[in-house]
Amino acid sequence: MTTRTEYVKGTPVALDGDRAVAEAMRQVNPDVVAAYPITPQTEIVQRFSEFVANGEVDTEFIAVESEHAAMSACIGASAAGGRAQTATAGAGLALMWEVTWVAAGTRLPIVMHVVNRSLSAPLNILCDHSDSMGVRDAGWIQLYAETIQEAYDDAIQAVRIAEHPDVMLPTMHTLDGFVLGHSLERIEVLPDEVVRGFIGTYNPRYSLLDVDHPVTFGPNDYHDYFFEHRRQQIEGMERALDVIPQIGEEFGALTGRRYGLVEGYQLDDADFAIVALGSINGTVKVVVDELRRQDRKVGLLKVRSFRPFPADKVAQALGGKRAIAVLDRSFSFGAQAHPLFLEVLTALYTHGFTPGMANYVFGLGGRDTLPWQIRQVYDDLAELEGVVSAPVRYLTVRE
Amino acid sequence: MTLKGWREIPIGGLIIDAGNSKEYETGSWRIKRPVVDMDRCSHCLICWVYCPDSAILVEDTRFAGIDLVYCKGCGICASECPRKAITMVDEAQARKGDHDDHQD
Repeated sequence: MTTRTEYVKGTPVALDGDRAVAEAMRQVNPDVVAAYPITPQTEIVQRFSEFVANGEVDTEFIAVESEHAAMSACIGASAAGGRAQTATAGAGLALMWEVTWVAAGTRLPIVMHVVNRSLSAPLNILCDHSDSMGVRDAGWIQLYAETIQEAYDDAIQAVRIAEHPDVMLPTMHTLDGFVLGHSLERIEVLPDEVVRGFIGTYNPRYSLLDVDHPVTFGPNDYHDYFFEHRRQQIEGMERALDVIPQIGEEFGALTGRRYGLVEGYQLDDADFAIVALGSINGTVKVVVDELRRQDRKVGLLKVRSFRPFPADKVAQALGGKRAIAVLDRSFSFGAQAHPLFLEVLTALYTHGFTPGMANYVFGLGGRDTLPWQIRQVYDDLAELEGVVSAPVRYLTVRE
Repeated sequence: MTLKGWREIPIGGLIIDAGNSKEYETGSWRIKRPVVDMDRCSHCLICWVYCPDSAILVEDTRFAGIDLVYCKGCGICASECPRKAITMVDEAQARKGDHDDHQD
């Protein structure tokens, strides 16, 4: 006799990405939210401030004067022992840059919802990953979502990941601006009590408000100890490689939606693979299905956790492939190739694999990338065996 | 002081013990040293009021010396002393004579 696993029943609703994230925030009920509205994240803050006004959350909402202030307020709230959250995008994240390092270096488990937007100039409010890639070295965990359901689920799991005693690092999860942020999708929203049970209570080890155990946050730290504190942050990141999938499994046992560091799609027997972050993975899956029907051995590796970068998992998933295309939705001017490609190339090389590889930059400033363009990438891959292609290729850019 | 490894210290640069500034011996910063002419000192303790490092030693309400473990050599005491009893001298020169003429 077999027992069927019973998952918690969610309520199916049509929500856009911003509203889905705001809904997760309502259920998490943070102690403090400090945020400034910026397209395409505005709707998160707008919606959440309605929850505050309607008394649906206990959150202290701080309407700050800038994103630098938003992150600074979160740092204060988190150091005081509270659950602190913010949301931003594009230029807002850039303005926060300095203090994102303070949050991470002080080991404050702040959660940030990022709706990816390009960086100006020229002025552009649409999606690419330049904003979150701009803080990739700041010491934050970064999760990228393919769908609105994933963005909602990540918003909940991020709380647990950040606060895990082995990790204690601020965590941002991202969703592609407009593509997910402003598109409607049918998602399942968990019952409030299930979310609250899953995230539990945050019991900070140190808190500014614990007057019986006075603590100094943010002292000077020079040549004698600064490097050791950096080494601790590196350890937190490395441990997150275990914690993220643990929490993803726990979430999966509850909801039926399991999460790891990466997700392979038709990858095991594939000769040719694409690697990508974010919503483009959905388009790639459609193309993989089409090409599989034509008996072409193609697959996809979706990277969910970019920081920490799961090099072992990536090498394990891609080792032995004949050729690999890595899609980057951001750009590092003057670099040999772009952030995701360089990570994948390094992971493969250090694990002894040297497949053919090409780096494609796509979708900058909200440029649509369509299935036929992804098909073109798979066609290119067939010619790439044994070659690491240089220069970088630009998908859809006009000559 | 033996420096600790990264596994032995609190995360995030946090200082979890109160009253620990005494462990930081700021006297090593000093390049000028206050030298007191006790014939001129009237024990008004204005130096004690102004010293930012609590490095003026007092016994029975009288000036009793300078705590060179913490004195950074800022010279505020010399500047404020109404009787001009404190002179700032070169620290390197003063060290040469430490064992014969100075409280240390």
